Amino acid sequence: MFEIVKKRELNPTVTLMEVSAPFIARKAQPGQFIILRVDGEGERIPLTVADYDREKGTVTIIFQIVGGTTARLNRLHEGDCIHDFVGPLGEPSAVEGLKKVAVVGGGVGCAIAYPVAKKLHELGAEVHGIIGFRNKDLVILEEEFRAVCDVFKMMTDDGSYGEKGLVTNALRALIEAGNTYDEVIAIGPVPMMKFVSLLTKEFGIKTVVSMNPIMIDGTGRCGCCRLTVAGKTKFACVDGPDFDGHEVDYDEIMKRASTYKEFEQRERELACNLFKKEVR
Amino acid sequence: MPNMRLTKNEMPAQEPKERAKNFFEVTFGYTAESAIDEAKRCLNCKNKPCVGGCPVRIHIPDFIAKVAEGEFEEAYQIIQKTSSLPAVCGRVCPQESQCEQQCVRGRKGEPVAIGRLERFVADWHNANSCDLPVKAEPNGYKVAVVGSGPAGLTCAGDLAKRGYDVTVFEALHLAGGVLSYGIPEFRLPKAIVQKEIDNLKALGVKVETNMVIGRVLSVDELLESGFEAVFVGSGAGLPRFMNIPGENLKSVFSANEFLTRVNLMKAYKEDARTPVFHAKKVAVVGGGNVAMDAARCALRLGAEEVSVIYRRSKEEMPARAEEVEHAEEEGIVFRFLTNPTEILEGEGGTVGGIRCVRMELGEPDASGRRRPVEVAGSEFVIGCDCVIMAIGTSPNPLIKNTTDGLETQRWGGIIADEHGQTSREGVFAGGDAVTGAATVILAMGAGKTAAEAMDAYIQKKHA
Repeated sequence: MFEIVKKRELNPTVTLMEVSAPFIARKAQPGQFIILRVDGEGERIPLTVADYDREKGTVTIIFQIVGGTTARLNRLHEGDCIHDFVGPLGEPSAVEGLKKVAVVGGGVGCAIAYPVAKKLHELGAEVHGIIGFRNKDLVILEEEFRAVCDVFKMMTDDGSYGEKGLVTNALRALIEAGNTYDEVIAIGPVPMMKFVSLLTKEFGIKTVVSMNPIMIDGTGRCGCCRLTVAGKTKFACVDGPDFDGHEVDYDEIMKRASTYKEFEQRERELACNLFKKEVR
Repeated sequence: MPNMRLTKNEMPAQEPKERAKNFFEVTFGYTAESAIDEAKRCLNCKNKPCVGGCPVRIHIPDFIAKVAEGEFEEAYQIIQKTSSLPAVCGRVCPQESQCEQQCVRGRKGEPVAIGRLERFVADWHNANSCDLPVKAEPNGYKVAVVGSGPAGLTCAGDLAKRGYDVTVFEALHLAGGVLSYGIPEFRLPKAIVQKEIDNLKALGVKVETNMVIGRVLSVDELLESGFEAVFVGSGAGLPRFMNIPGENLKSVFSANEFLTRVNLMKAYKEDARTPVFHAKKVAVVGGGNVAMDAARCALRLGAEEVSVIYRRSKEEMPARAEEVEHAEEEGIVFRFLTNPTEILEGEGGTVGGIRCVRMELGEPDASGRRRPVEVAGSEFVIGCDCVIMAIGTSPNPLIKNTTDGLETQRWGGIIADEHGQTSREGVFAGGDAVTGAATVILAMGAGKTAAEAMDAYIQKKHA
C-alpha cells in the first residue's frame, strides 16, 4: 500500500498527488512512468512520474480526470493509500549533452514535460518552454516552468491567458527568430505532437515525443502499447515512452487509443454516478 | 491383482455446450472410488519408467500405491517431497508426452491416468488437510528469486524447505506468473494457484509484489544487499508478431494481452473495471496451449465463431492433447495448414478479415517437424473482427540490460548450464527466461535443479 502524503487540485480536472514510494523514488528519472491500481479491483493505468524526492521517498503524479479509474483515484485523500504502485518503468528521457532545447507541453502533458525541462535546466542547458492550454482555467505548472526556462511562452486556444494560438505558432516564431535548437521535446495530446513534429521536420530539427498509449503490465509482456516507429513495431513500455517524433505513425496511435471507447464511457458515467450518490 | 482394464477412468466434465459459455472449471476430477480404481491399474513395475519422464521426478508408483490403499494424505506427502505445485501440475502438465508416455500400460491400451491421480491427491489434500507445512530450521542465509511463476515458485519452495530465508520478487500486483495471468480460470482455477502460493508462504517464503527487478532494484543490488544468490525466473517476455500488414489494427491482440485482460484483470466478469474486446468472429493464430486458451476464452466471452489458424497439421500441434480435444468439443474451428499473410481493415480501424495462404508439409526442419511451405496461388480470406496472435514470445531484455556480465544467447535467452548457473557468480536462471517459451513443468524442473545448485554454491561459499 502506498500512502498519499499530499494532494493538490491544479485545476478542476487535474490533480497532483505526492505518493510515498521510497524504492521508486530512489531510482525514478524524468521520462519514466509508474503503473497504479487504485484498489484491489482496479484496472492498471500508467502515469508519468511528474517529480520525485529521493530523500523524502516520494513520487509525484499529476493526472487528468478522464475516466472511471482517474475519477476513483481523485476521490482518495491525503493519508489514504493507493493499492498498487509499480515502477519506475520505461526508459528515462535522454537529455545528457543537450545545450539548447525547446520543451513544448500541451494540457496535462505539461506534467510530463516539466520534469524534463527541470532536468535540462539542472544540467545547464538553455531551455525554451512553450506550454499551451485550451483556456485560462486549465493552466497548470506555470510557476514551475518559469523557474526552469530561459525563455517562456504561454499559449491558450481562446486567448484567455498568455498569447492566443497554438504551441506550434510560438515554436515557429522562436525558430524563425533565429533560435537553433539541438532538440525539440514535445509532450501533450497526440495531434499536438504530430503537428509539432511536422513543423520541426520542415526545419530539420530533431524532435522527441513521449507516448502514453493503453498499457496493462508495463514491462513488455502484453504488447498492448505497441506503435509503429519508422515502419517497425515498438512497445512504448520498454522501447519508450520517448520516440523520434518524425518517425511515429500518429494516425495509428489515435485509432488504437479508441479501442475501448464505449467501455470507458460507461465506466466514466458509473464512477460519476457513484460520486454523485456520495455527495448527496 | 492389478486392474487390467485397458482404458483410463473417465474424468467427469461440464457438457461442452454449457461450459463454452462459462469460466468454471471444465473437468471435475475423480471421486475417491474412481481414483482408487484407476490407481489399481498401476503395475508398480520395477523400472518405473514414468519417474524418468517427469521433469521433477515425482515418485509416481509410490504415490499411486498409496492412492490404491485409500491413503490419500500419505500419497500427497510423497508428491510434495519433489513437487511444489501438485494441484497445478495435475491440471496443466502435458502428461501424454511425459510420465504417461513412458507408462508400460500404454503399450497395450491407455497408460495409467497419472495426471488425473495427481490432481485428485492434491485436491483431496487441499480440501481435507488442515496441516500447514512444517517450516524448516532456518540456516541464516538469504536468497532472492526474481519472478513468481512456476520456475520461481518451485525454486523458492525447495530453498525454503532447506532452511533458506527466501524472498520472491514479482513485477505484477499478483503472484503466480503465467499461472495467474496466462492460464484461464476454466483450466486452472485461481483459488488453486493462491492455495499453492499460500502453502509456500507457510513454509516461510516472502512474496514482494509490484517489484520490477531491473528497474526498482538491479540483480547486483540484490546481491549487495545481503542475498547470497539470486535465481532469475523472469519468464518469456515480449509477445511476437508476424510482421504482416494490419497487425496494429485496433482489434488485433497478442495472446498475452488478451489472456492478461481476461485472467489477471478478470475482464470476463460483468463488473470488471478492465475492458476486453468482445468480438463476433475471432481468428487465433498459433497451435500451442496459449492459442487454445485464447480461443476458448474468446468463445466464452460470447464469440459466435472462433477459429484457430495453424500453419502445420494437427500432428505437429504443440498444444496438450486434452486441450485440443476440449476445444474441438466446444466448437472451435481448426484451420490446419493455413498461414496468415495480411490482416484486413474493417469498420472504424478494427479488423475486417484475415488473408491466408494454404500450406503443405515439406522436409523436416531443425525441430524435426516437417516444414510448412506455401501453396502458390492459394490465398483466401477468412472474415473476422478480431485476431489474436499466439505465436510465441521473445525474452524480455530488462534483466540482461541491467546486469553486467550476464551472458545471453543471440536470441536473448539467458545462458545457463544444466544446473542453472549463469555467467555471473551467484546468479542462477531457469524457465522460459532461459529456454524460451516452454511448459510449466519444464520451468518447475529448472527451478528445482537451480535450487540444488544454489544450495551447493552457498554451502561451499561458507564452508
